[in-house]
Amino acid sequence: MRVCLESYARRIVRNEMARDVERLVVALHVNGERTELLLPVHKTLLEVLREDMQLTGTKHGCELGECGTCTVLVEGKPELSCLVLPVQVEGRAITTIEGMASGSELHPLQQAFAELGAAQCGYCTPGILLAAKSLLESNATPSRDEIREALAGNLCRCTGYSKIVDAIELAGGRMK
Amino acid sequence: MTKENGFSVIGKALPKPDAVSKVTGRAIYADDMLPARTLHCRILRSPHPHARILSIDTSAARRMPGVHAVITGADLPIKFGILPVTQDERALEHEKVRYVGDPIAAIAAVDEEIAAAACDAISVEYEVLEPVMSIDEALAESKDERIQDYGGPNNIHKLVALEFGDVDGGFEKADHIREDVLFFQGNTHLPMEQHSAIATFVDGRVTLWSSTQVVHYVHRALAKVLELPMNRIRVIGAAHGGGFGGKTDPFAHEIIVCKLAMLTGRPVKCTLTREEVFYAHRGRHPVLMWVRSGVTRDGRITAMHFKTALDGGAYGSYGVASTFYTGALQTVTYDIPAYRFEGCRVFTNKPPCGPKRGHGTPQPRFAMELHLEKIAHDLGIDPVDLKQRNFVKPMTRTVNWLRVTSCGLDECTERVMTASGYRIRERRRGRGMGFAISSYLSGAGTAIYWNDMPHSEVQIKVDRGGVTAYCGAMDIGQGSDSVLAAIVAEELGLQPRDIRLVTADTDTTPIDLGSYSSRVTFMAGNAALQAARKMRGMLVDAVEAKMGGAEAVRVGAGRIGDFTFEEASILAEARFGTLTSAGSYTPPKIAGPFKGSGVGPSPAYSYSACVVDLDADPRTGIVHVNKVWIAHDVGRAINPLLVEGQVEGSIYMGLGEALMEEQAFRKGLHKWPSMLEYKSPTFMDTPEVETFIVETVDPEGPYGAKEAGQGPLLPVIPAVSSAVFDALGVWIDEIPVTPEKIVEALRRKQKGQPARYGPERFPSIPYPACIKVEPPPRDLDTNAAAASI
Repeated sequence: MRVCLESYARRIVRNEMARDVERLVVALHVNGERTELLLPVHKTLLEVLREDMQLTGTKHGCELGECGTCTVLVEGKPELSCLVLPVQVEGRAITTIEGMASGSELHPLQQAFAELGAAQCGYCTPGILLAAKSLLESNATPSRDEIREALAGNLCRCTGYSKIVDAIELAGGRMK
Repeated sequence: MTKENGFSVIGKALPKPDAVSKVTGRAIYADDMLPARTLHCRILRSPHPHARILSIDTSAARRMPGVHAVITGADLPIKFGILPVTQDERALEHEKVRYVGDPIAAIAAVDEEIAAAACDAISVEYEVLEPVMSIDEALAESKDERIQDYGGPNNIHKLVALEFGDVDGGFEKADHIREDVLFFQGNTHLPMEQHSAIATFVDGRVTLWSSTQVVHYVHRALAKVLELPMNRIRVIGAAHGGGFGGKTDPFAHEIIVCKLAMLTGRPVKCTLTREEVFYAHRGRHPVLMWVRSGVTRDGRITAMHFKTALDGGAYGSYGVASTFYTGALQTVTYDIPAYRFEGCRVFTNKPPCGPKRGHGTPQPRFAMELHLEKIAHDLGIDPVDLKQRNFVKPMTRTVNWLRVTSCGLDECTERVMTASGYRIRERRRGRGMGFAISSYLSGAGTAIYWNDMPHSEVQIKVDRGGVTAYCGAMDIGQGSDSVLAAIVAEELGLQPRDIRLVTADTDTTPIDLGSYSSRVTFMAGNAALQAARKMRGMLVDAVEAKMGGAEAVRVGAGRIGDFTFEEASILAEARFGTLTSAGSYTPPKIAGPFKGSGVGPSPAYSYSACVVDLDADPRTGIVHVNKVWIAHDVGRAINPLLVEGQVEGSIYMGLGEALMEEQAFRKGLHKWPSMLEYKSPTFMDTPEVETFIVETVDPEGPYGAKEAGQGPLLPVIPAVSSAVFDALGVWIDEIPVTPEKIVEALRRKQKGQPARYGPERFPSIPYPACIKVEPPPRDLDTNAAAASI
């Protein structure tokens, strides 16, 4: 659906200057909530989550699909939100870090990461937690090598990865 | 609650106070902030490594809809720099650019795309100059003109020459003398978080939230460049996405967003792209090294002469300090009775180098450990034995006047030797083990700018039972908040979760010189300890008065004597009024009596020993690290979980430097300014690490604690290269140890050439005559040290 700028609420677009940008209304299902947004077609899911939906828990390290930091889950599978356009995931269930805990109760992975010091600066943590969640949902008792392989696309500069692998093992054990 | 060490919090593996906010995505990093009406900033950067700017035309950019402000160097002409002696940077350059990425103009616009488009609309006329891209080129006469207008001759930035003791005499006494030339390529921090800063200008005051390791240094630079008194500037450290030294300088974008906020009256944010992060750099200096040592037949060092040449990039940054650091800490692990150091830093047309984890010391550590391995092979002595024979002893002064207090080198070595089975390892082509040791500062003993004030201060407020500790220290993920909370909690008989922390905010917290130089646990920790003990004293006094003083008041488990902490705080507030206390830490004045003695002294040194086990394929040169054993003398682990985290992170980063990471250039351009091409270790590349924490209980550290965040990186790199020799019989005298270097060294060996890969020669450098320094008297600290234990 092609729309022009004037036909939608000025509140949404007040900062978008009158440029020749194609815009679309996209309905996103994020963390169980449905939201309709008017978006420039080229804006990435990463940018939309952070800037239009204030879901700043999703971080970015390169915006080129190289570091894994911006990982979110689409229908339970890890996707790099910096390489995804919202139209590609319209109507599909998207999970961000904000949707991982149940209310104030941490997901077992979050609990294990906190307990074992698997988050140092914490910047890569949301992406790694989501990738790990996806892993444990398809393989409840991964070996350490399987964990390393599943997370090979997520870089971390602080931890040396050891405590992350420990925490995923611990959480997997607790979730059995 | 109380552990066998007599503490209830210290030594316990507790989660960080901000662990939940980090695992739930609630920690607010600078780029997560988006106040209403925020403008977005993009910076136009130089496409040339070296050029004069003839003109900048911003008129087209200014006319673009959505652009609110355009600034150039003329708007921010005052120079700044981290060191008082090298104030050589401008937030925006309008006369000359010195590397690809040097900032020229900045735009504030309603969104990032418009800001970027406006940058493209700026036209800059350059007179392109011949770039200087290597140490050799920098030492030679410039083809066009020098990069900087200070230093010299040619593009030399800094020359250092120091001699301690009788070096020539030491070489005369030697039974064997060996020379080696080695090279350590530069690399970068690669924090996961791109640098980001956001500024507001309200009521005539600038507020900046930034991803910085040192709010205080940013504060100072802003005051200078913006020409505002410091009391009209507030710098707040946002949640921090990784530094490793890379966010320790004040940066152009931090100054630019403040200026743009002042001009527009709106919040202005700048987040660097990943490519720009590679240009911001301040990372590991490429260093060419020459080392000559004399040893006796049984491997005792009689003299050492160490020469370094640092490729500094285009600006000073911390470079003068880095230069001294390439020569300072050799003596802190090995007893070197006579030592000569000559150092040189040159300017090149590359992003400036600065401090990265280990600041200036991983390069010489690599060189020295490999050099000693080779000497051991020359003499037919086991390299571990040779190194052990030369270990420094606790409570000594080195020949260059560095004061060693606690030292766990022997225990660290024993732990990794036993666990790894190094001495009984299987000898098979393609499989090898390497051993190395290291040491690092627990904070620099002298401040970056000369002053007599404390290096860290902590204030504590107790009010209705609530405890708040205020400190300028910045938690960059290493856990400095945990250390502060643990120390205050321990002293007040509480748990860390009971302590509210206010940190890294120049308006509300007292000074701390920041998260670099491994100084926070030692310095902020000591300041917190002092403040907490004063507060405890008031609480105990008030309770004692109430209880009649018949018995000693016990503090612990949330109680002070017969009262709960909250009741005790009410008694104390009634007795003393507002309950506040303050503590501070000033390092002891232990620097030697010579010019240049300010770099190297630290109130305490950590020690590490490491064994790396690896497979090296003789056909492909591919190295697979199987396991790393590391023992680290941290003095005392305030929180062993976080110490392990620091040690494991250091090992990982060291392996990246040893095997793959390179900040390298071709024709003036960065070869790989992206995370994909700048190879760093993934989960798959990082081996299991077995960590041993060794506690030597330092006499001056808080509860005996020393540093953990940098020292453990140092031994990994030489241990990898030694392990490759162990596996294949070739020396790789150049970091990183890449497959092609290994294959080339094997090819040379096969052809009967020297079985090594590395630099052939060290250039001729016009070092000045050495400043000759007498070694310190042997008993200099004996009495003082004995008294303080």
